[in-house]
Amino acid sequence: MRVHTAFAFSTVAGLAALTMVALFPQRSASQPAAQEAESRAAFAVVATVIGSPRCQGCHTLSAFPRQGDDQHRHLFNVMRGPDDGGALGLPCTTCHGQANNAASGVPGADEAWRLAPISMGWEGLTTADICRHLKDPVHNGRRIGEQVVDHLRTGLVKWAWSPGTDAHGRARTAPSVPYSDFMAAAEMWVRTGEACP
Amino acid sequence: MTRFKLNGRSVTIDADPDTPLLWVLRDELGLTGTKYGCGIAACGACTVHVEGKPVRSCSLPQSAAEGKSVVTIEGLSKDRSHPLQRAWIDEQVPQCGYCQSGMLMAAAALLEVKPHPSDQDIDAAITNICRCGTYVRIRRAIHRAAGSSK
Repeated sequence: MRVHTAFAFSTVAGLAALTMVALFPQRSASQPAAQEAESRAAFAVVATVIGSPRCQGCHTLSAFPRQGDDQHRHLFNVMRGPDDGGALGLPCTTCHGQANNAASGVPGADEAWRLAPISMGWEGLTTADICRHLKDPVHNGRRIGEQVVDHLRTGLVKWAWSPGTDAHGRARTAPSVPYSDFMAAAEMWVRTGEACP
Repeated sequence: MTRFKLNGRSVTIDADPDTPLLWVLRDELGLTGTKYGCGIAACGACTVHVEGKPVRSCSLPQSAAEGKSVVTIEGLSKDRSHPLQRAWIDEQVPQCGYCQSGMLMAAAALLEVKPHPSDQDIDAAITNICRCGTYVRIRRAIHRAAGSSK
């Protein structure tokens, strides 16, 4: 995926910078330029996860979700619907239960399955655009600062790291960055001023 | 043990919690109107209602039905009098019939939330698969049941 590939380059540097910030927090607080650089580095880690097909599939800008690592249109004419939870009469929860189903390969989470609102769609956006959207209440679900991080603790977001297996028993790809590193980076990004590339 | 209401009566199930609801309905409770089609929640032949919402029962662990209300095709009406059942007969919808109980349950779920659906609403809500290709008659029957003009 284009976004995913673009994000991946800066991940290692981002993680290294995060380690430095964790070791020397006072230095970043006293040097705005350094802090901004650290914030950008933290976002690079966050962006790697955002580029994951597990996130992109439901953060679409279209009338339907996508699925698979190739991000094809969701099969069976599945639609976003009026409240982002599926078509009238066919909610996402018709198939997506409260946990991954190993027998059928249908993914599920301990939160009602749904798409992100169109306003929170990332399809086709650049890394910089997505960064700006993440801190814009119009495009982030009316969240400010730490509230953005809170969203990352929800069941649907966490599902990306436990995506289960498909109907053929093949494991779905999880984001390349561990959840704990992702959360540390997100918290660091907010704490250091939400700098964007 | 899992307890839930099935077509209005209480049932208790002693089965592996991961057993799909479909097989509990068919094998444990003898309600064979709900069909097995694909087993991966793709075809919709196993559609039932849980708490009034459509669910593909092949992909729902029976333990997830705990404390809930489940309605199958046998419970849609007592005497085949549901407007959709009457419309299905009037329009002579089925060919082989295998998928039709799932179709009816999906259609009933749609009419619950959209009493007068458009063609577009029907296309979006009824993603069930019919190998006989009865889709045109299904759409017509849903409109008939809804009292729509089409």
